[in-house]
Amino acid sequence: MLTYIIRRILYAVPIILGVNILTAVLFFYVNTPDDMARKILGEKNVTPAAIENWKRDHGYNLPAFLNAGEKGTAKLTQTVFFQKSVPLLWFDFGRSDRNNIDIGNEIRHRMWPSLAISVPMFVIGVVIDLFLAMMLAYYRGTYLDLWGLFLGVAMMSVSTLFYIIGGQYFLGKVLKLFPVSGYDTGLYSAKFIILPVVIGIISTVGSGVRFYRTVFLEEINKDYIRTARAKGLSEGKVLFKHALKNAMIPVLTNVVVSIPFLFYGSLIMETFFAIPGLGNFTIEAIQAQDFAIVRSMVYLGSILYIVGLILTDISYTLVDPRVRFE
Amino acid sequence: MPVILATDLIVYFLAGSIVYFAIATRKEGILSSAWRELKRNRLAMASLAILLAYAGVALLDSVRYRDPVVEDNGRVARAADGSVIYSAQALSLLDRAVEGLRTNTEKTYSAPFASTLYSKESVELPDGTIKRDYPPLKHPRSHWLGTDKVGNDVLYTALKGVRTGIVIGAGTTIVIIPFAIFFGVFAGYYGGFIDDIVQYIYTTLASIPGVLLIVAFMLLFGSSGYQGGLISRSEIYLKFFVPNDRLFWLCLILGITSWTDLCRLIRGETLKLRELEYVQASRAFGISKPGIIYRHIVPNVMHLVLITFVLQFSGLVLAEAILSYIGIGVGPEMGSWGNMINTARLELSRDPVVWWNLFGAFLFMLALVLPANIFGDAVRDALDPRLRFR
Amino acid sequence: MPDIVIEIKGLKTWFKTPKGVSKAVDGVSFSIPKGGTFALVGESGCGKSVTALSIIQLIPEPAGYIAGGNIILNNRDIVPLSEREKRDIRGNNISMIFQEPMTSLNPVFTVGDQIVETIMLHQGKSGAEAKAAAIEMFEKVGLPDPAGIFYEYPHRLSGGMRQRVMIAIALACRPDLLIADEPTTALDVTIQDQIIKLIKELQAEMGTAVLLITHNLALVYQNAETVGVMYAGKMAELAPAKALFRDPMHPYTVKLLRSIPGQEKRGKALDTIRGTVPPATSYPAGCHFSGRCPREMEGCAAIEPPLAERAPGHFAACHLHDPEFMAKPWSKPLRHEPDAMPPLSVPHDKRERLLEVKNLKTHYPVRKGLLKRVVGHVKAVDGIDLVVRKGSTLALVGESGCGKTTAGKSIIQLIRPTSGEIVFKGRELTRVKESELKPVRSLMQIIFQDPYSSLNPRLTIKDTIEEGVRALKTGLDKKGRLDKVTEVLERVGLTADMMWRYPHEFSGGQRQRIGIARALAVDPEFIVCDEAVSALDVSVQAQILNLLKSIQRDFGLSFLFITHDLAVVEYIADEVAVMYAGKIVERGTTEEIFSNPRHDYTKKLLSAIPRLDPGLVSAWKLPDHKPGR
Repeated sequence: MLTYIIRRILYAVPIILGVNILTAVLFFYVNTPDDMARKILGEKNVTPAAIENWKRDHGYNLPAFLNAGEKGTAKLTQTVFFQKSVPLLWFDFGRSDRNNIDIGNEIRHRMWPSLAISVPMFVIGVVIDLFLAMMLAYYRGTYLDLWGLFLGVAMMSVSTLFYIIGGQYFLGKVLKLFPVSGYDTGLYSAKFIILPVVIGIISTVGSGVRFYRTVFLEEINKDYIRTARAKGLSEGKVLFKHALKNAMIPVLTNVVVSIPFLFYGSLIMETFFAIPGLGNFTIEAIQAQDFAIVRSMVYLGSILYIVGLILTDISYTLVDPRVRFE
Repeated sequence: MPVILATDLIVYFLAGSIVYFAIATRKEGILSSAWRELKRNRLAMASLAILLAYAGVALLDSVRYRDPVVEDNGRVARAADGSVIYSAQALSLLDRAVEGLRTNTEKTYSAPFASTLYSKESVELPDGTIKRDYPPLKHPRSHWLGTDKVGNDVLYTALKGVRTGIVIGAGTTIVIIPFAIFFGVFAGYYGGFIDDIVQYIYTTLASIPGVLLIVAFMLLFGSSGYQGGLISRSEIYLKFFVPNDRLFWLCLILGITSWTDLCRLIRGETLKLRELEYVQASRAFGISKPGIIYRHIVPNVMHLVLITFVLQFSGLVLAEAILSYIGIGVGPEMGSWGNMINTARLELSRDPVVWWNLFGAFLFMLALVLPANIFGDAVRDALDPRLRFR
Repeated sequence: MPDIVIEIKGLKTWFKTPKGVSKAVDGVSFSIPKGGTFALVGESGCGKSVTALSIIQLIPEPAGYIAGGNIILNNRDIVPLSEREKRDIRGNNISMIFQEPMTSLNPVFTVGDQIVETIMLHQGKSGAEAKAAAIEMFEKVGLPDPAGIFYEYPHRLSGGMRQRVMIAIALACRPDLLIADEPTTALDVTIQDQIIKLIKELQAEMGTAVLLITHNLALVYQNAETVGVMYAGKMAELAPAKALFRDPMHPYTVKLLRSIPGQEKRGKALDTIRGTVPPATSYPAGCHFSGRCPREMEGCAAIEPPLAERAPGHFAACHLHDPEFMAKPWSKPLRHEPDAMPPLSVPHDKRERLLEVKNLKTHYPVRKGLLKRVVGHVKAVDGIDLVVRKGSTLALVGESGCGKTTAGKSIIQLIRPTSGEIVFKGRELTRVKESELKPVRSLMQIIFQDPYSSLNPRLTIKDTIEEGVRALKTGLDKKGRLDKVTEVLERVGLTADMMWRYPHEFSGGQRQRIGIARALAVDPEFIVCDEAVSALDVSVQAQILNLLKSIQRDFGLSFLFITHDLAVVEYIADEVAVMYAGKIVERGTTEEIFSNPRHDYTKKLLSAIPRLDPGLVSAWKLPDHKPGR
């Protein structure tokens, strides 16, 4: 088991290196530091001297990948890639291009508001999705199932933006149940959290229910379900005991892989509701064209995805005896 | 003088594909039996009709040409060397078909079917007195979805969004299909080292969060190129072809973030196919690997391509709205539902509320995405019910 | 009457399909006494499994429904019961074991959990009592270490052990009726024998009635008291087993029996049935067998024959045995096929060696760890020697996983072997480069098991057959290739106009013919038949075996016949090689091997196969057409 986890983590190493190199190519080679400087200093009337100055101040005044002017290992270390991208491997994110803030510190602070929104949204959402999906699977073939499924498809055909704008308008502005947007510290944050959480759940319930319903129906057609019925078990027991535990295997792939992303928050939700989380941070950086932050967030996102994959593989061993005894 | 944008090629290709599939379902084979099954599903058929209507609008909006500039004296303007001068505006067939909608502008906001503007202004009454009242519209009761802030017809804007939606939804997948097939099939059939490399590439690419990769690319490349609206002289290459089209970049970049799914699917299917007995029979005839791939593997993964195409379509249309909202989607001049939502957001905080811009975008998006979802499910069930699991 | 446990009266189970109502079971009646064994036999799609599912009330709803009839369990009709009452019966009074032991157990629960569940549900025992009962049951079904196995997950058990677990679950509540739906079909021969013996043993001990559903007629002959032969949703014949096999009355039964391959039929063609089974949505109004019957009369297609007692306890649904019908004018024969089978054998002269395999080894590397280092080898084929003679058939027999398929593919160089020699027509093949193999490729071909995956669904039959001709017969022009395709299609019993169609329009048997045509098109001298008839129903299998035999005779072909079915081997093979765990354990002529096996494994294999009495075979005659007065 432990060797399995270690092996799984070792497999991730080349991928993490690949992501690091890819982001570096994208941000230092395709889009050169000169371009960055020009964008930040303003496209017009920018002198070559000003660009050089900016690059020196921010540490971009080195060659991208290979410094031919140096000797030995310095050929590799005295480069933008080594100074700026390699430290990401040990989560040293450096400073932002525009305001010179410590990105790592900012991430540590901003991840809490993100979690405050995303964790309840995710947990409650998955529970509701699973419950509704099981209900549809139980009543499969009836009008309840048919209309439930249609409603699900209809709901997933509406853009998240409409749910947010509509929810803010009706629940926040017209009914005045919640503040439309904003955030506070500690327990005071609760009243700001409810609206985004509710809207977040509603906007994903359609696709979630539809997916889990297919997963359950897939299991219901398996041979061992027929065996369970032949034993005289009730339909509820067949569904909730025999099918559910097997369905957990594909459900886990869908669920566990997104757990690390909870730290990340949601780009759209956070901007609309003015939640000072990581999603908002990223959008601000995008709009300000602060490449140091965007690069850090791209890298962080990749790492979280890889962690999610590893967690998924490990969680398989918990539900699937066929993998556990491998 | 015709003008062809890079994205127009996508629409033409899509139209060609629709014609191809329509003919292919007439012949015997897998497509025709899938079609027979689809035809029994009335909901799917209704959805298909709506989708074809959308595709038709997109096609009309993708055939465009520039009119010669006409001087005041009614003669065609000519440059010093005698060549005709064309206007910078390339109107599409759609623009010409709904000429009325395009040109019947008002001064500012007006509600659907209204006969007056939405806000009071100083109006001069027939008796010469001046009073604050709702001024009458130039074209009363003709704006089904009202008009926007600068008085443009919302229905027209929403119609212009159709082409953008279709191009994003269809173009993204079309652009990536060759790559996904190439890498998926080769990784699956040759296995070993090639397989390791391809798997490594797509796992690495898939690890980067799609939205952020798109953001990064659009920040880097997307700020240039044709953004919609007038066509500048520098953008017309070879007299009529505009390759640098921001919408095209968006398709390509969205494609880079979504090709891995299709590639993985094709690789898995190829792994299965290469062990099948008809492939082995071919090998027993001494047929080369490329020969087997061409005859036996590629045709038998095409249904996955078609399924992925219809299933990804709706998600991509929705993604366009979000990207435009963040400000990294299509250009602000280009008609798009994302842009409509973006402006509508502020209108909701006006008092009284201006709701029809949002409503127009909502209506047009739902009417495209819902049938696309229904039809996509039906196509998948008809072609490969096993994939329901995804 | 001995006490009847279950009686099925006029059962009709129909399914709603887009093509109309599919009458899978269309009026079936039989009964089983306490402790008795009733076997339901028939080819796939005849409705025998649906009958079983109807009895245990597990028809997939809402598409399927019981359209009529009664199922009377211990004097109570269970069709009109509520779902709750039916649940009390399932697993308690009626239980069922299925064909696929690999998928019939829930993979995420221990086998102990899965049996305890039934016991607690129906017998109201506490957890501890149920566990004790479960372990006792495991012991009864002969599982080693019952207390340890209680905590095992299904994937850790072999197929045979899983089927034992299924039997333990099914019999845990001592049901009145056990339905065994093809309980041994997915298992190896030696395991099959053990499982059937186990069921018989427990049946005798508990007095359970058994409904055995199978397509294996020899198995029925040895294990059932009463047999029902189903055809197209109806019971064609119902009789005590001994009487049925001694004197089959229905033409379908006779045809079916005579299409089983076996030693007695060597040198003669197997009997076959013309046409195909009609779809369940459109049966003929009269006898469902009309249109295919070798003794059809003018009235058969319109008038339905009742299942009537023609001899004591022997029921047959055929007008030929009905004197009243035979007296009517519509008893005029419409068709009269000859009763004797034509000879079909291959002359025995000039049997020189065509192919010689010496110490052939095919090993697969096992890779492990991060760097995928080779840590060992799977020795799929581990040093075998074979000789195939010109114009003869060598059968390579063995159980699943013994390496016989790998051996076949290695011989025709689909898999390049690790070491050893393969001499084909005096030429050594293992060291020849792939590019230089082409001339040999056209001489060595292969026919596969699965008729569904052996044809590319995207290519027309012409393209499929032409592929090899194009690659290997480069001298032929377009016209020449088309002639070749026409020629081979007609040779395998299809028509030339079929070449423009796609595979999905053909039945399994027709697809197998197309597969044979594809191989024949390049004029091979040696063909590997990899389980080529194993996936087919017995009457279709007979057609394909006849076809293979006749092309062997006409073209002087040599076959390497890879199979696990010893009845086929007895019928078709000249020589036999028995393979076990990658090695050949015994070689010899078919007669030597079957009459005097030397190796222990061969003996075990041969003693495990159920057999029909050879004396019976020659007595099977189609009923005569005796016009009444």
